[in-house]
Amino acid sequence: MAEEAVPKVLVLGPLMCFATLEPLYSHKFHFLSPNPNHSLQHFLRLHHPSSIRALLCSANYSVSAQVLRLLPSLRLLLTTSAGTEHIDLRECRRRGIQVAAAGGIFSQDVADAAVALLLDVTRNISAADRYLRTPNHANPPSEVFTFASKLSGKRIGIVGLGSIGMEVAKRLESFGCIISYNSKHKKANVSYPFYSSVVDLATTCDALVVCCALNEQTKHIINREVISALGKGGFIVNVGRGGLIDEKELVKCLMEGKIGGAGLDVFENEPHVPKELFQMNNVVLSPHCAALTDKSNMDMCELVGGNLEAFFSNRPLINQVMLDMVE
Amino acid sequence: MGSIGVLLVGRVFPYLEQELDKRYKLFRLWDYPQKAQLLSQHAASIRAVVGHAGAGADADLIDELPKLEIVSSFSVGVDMIDLEKCKAKGIRVTNTPDVLTDEVADLAIGLTLALLRRICECDRYVRSGKWKKGDYKLTTKFSGKTVGIVGLGRIGQAIAKRAEGFNCSICYYSRTEKRDSNYKYYPSVVELASNCDILVVACPLTEETHHIINREVINALGPKGFLINIGRGKHVDEAELVSALQEGRLGGAGLDVFEDEPAVPEELFGLENVVLLPHVGSATLETRTDMADLVLGNLEAHFLGKPLLTPLV
Repeated sequence: MAEEAVPKVLVLGPLMCFATLEPLYSHKFHFLSPNPNHSLQHFLRLHHPSSIRALLCSANYSVSAQVLRLLPSLRLLLTTSAGTEHIDLRECRRRGIQVAAAGGIFSQDVADAAVALLLDVTRNISAADRYLRTPNHANPPSEVFTFASKLSGKRIGIVGLGSIGMEVAKRLESFGCIISYNSKHKKANVSYPFYSSVVDLATTCDALVVCCALNEQTKHIINREVISALGKGGFIVNVGRGGLIDEKELVKCLMEGKIGGAGLDVFENEPHVPKELFQMNNVVLSPHCAALTDKSNMDMCELVGGNLEAFFSNRPLINQVMLDMVE
Repeated sequence: MGSIGVLLVGRVFPYLEQELDKRYKLFRLWDYPQKAQLLSQHAASIRAVVGHAGAGADADLIDELPKLEIVSSFSVGVDMIDLEKCKAKGIRVTNTPDVLTDEVADLAIGLTLALLRRICECDRYVRSGKWKKGDYKLTTKFSGKTVGIVGLGRIGQAIAKRAEGFNCSICYYSRTEKRDSNYKYYPSVVELASNCDILVVACPLTEETHHIINREVINALGPKGFLINIGRGKHVDEAELVSALQEGRLGGAGLDVFEDEPAVPEELFGLENVVLLPHVGSATLETRTDMADLVLGNLEAHFLGKPLLTPLV
């Protein structure tokens, strides 16, 4: 079979960066974007799946073994997310498919968003802005918003001290915060106190910032016990994945006043958000966009373009996911 | 000390009001429909005035209180107090520095992040159900931006330290260059605005700094620039700010203070590139309690003939 002059890249999204990526690289790659309302099988029947060697996806698309089986010639899988829990990595390893992800590209932006959510929920920023824009508010503002919580100098527990967690720690240290953490393993070159139990971490901290990857071990790592240990004056921020928190329990605890408040960028069943949260002034809600800025979008386009070029000219990938570590 | 008359010129943190009431003969200005009534009845017994960011002691009030010895402000800014008049009459003035520095600096960063990352807008987006129809758009990265600070005092330096945690470069304008600072100095606010992404107002309000943020500065900051005001409303020519935002000449603004509080220009309510707060820079339980204790401590020291804790005059 003759080699295609312009290699095909199957795009399974939706992808935030695609609108910027496509015009930049359409002369080098033939991007195939199936209509999400029709079946992938149907689309592939028209596009010679055996000629598709590269797949670009977002965290929204579940790249299961089933999907991979539709692409017998696939050798490269790129995801625009840092996380890879939506990909059957075991199947990729079995098939010899190289996988690359976002690596640390989003870390600063996600860390910024984590601190933004933490400042907002402790200082009632969104609640106060909403209050001012509401006509005919009866109470004088100072009475409504005087009882916010100080952030400087507080004890912050970081759940997951990876690339994002370290950036969060660095930022909060400049506020004089005292950092501790929980992670799968204690980190060698880190001086922050390590807690092997998230409950113990929550007991000693004023706020938890959840930044870890979602996998079998971390599912619902923030449960009722942890939330209760954090306590009435405690705050929780989640910029990882919705599944890291037992959402039903969190909502119950918020309704019962067992916790001070929460800043959430992610939810268990996006884009659905428990409607009980809409009545609360002590939660800040964000539509899974902690990573998404003008700069990170451009960086992601360059990373994807660079990796596609590298793959098709047999050069090493950037941010390659090491599949031999997969269980 | 229960017979010492203290005049409270505006509503403050309940704990402060309760303690003043316990320790002194407290007069609340708002209890009297006419100030003249209060003065004719009680002026002779008032030896102290307690003010806050929005109300203090102007020349008239000072003249009307012949027994006034001390003005203790529940704020760090004292632009509502006629300091020259107090100096001339030997009246002491105290404020609440240091205890609120971290709090205000935290809020300056909080406002900046909320503005650039559209945190309030995103919260509105989710609550209105719009997320079910589509994702929110890209926002502006904060890390690595250049932050320009007007006034490198305690609060300005605390803001700089926090911004550095986000890999920001810091530059500043001050009345005089700070020799021991590593930050880049600009001799004018316009030059500072031309060379930074985010301009933060953190200086005291005086005659010189009134409307220090004017049309020229706002235009220099530009459509990709952002203004953050945690100083006083009168630092900014508010009418110019509003028209710049409406016309797209300024990227956005995060405002904790306004020229005529509690009034906020209605034109701002419909804008997604502003964040509006009701003057809450120091408004946490911990900090307001610390500020209150400083006011009470200063008054007590004065009436016991001891050195004041945080005197300005």
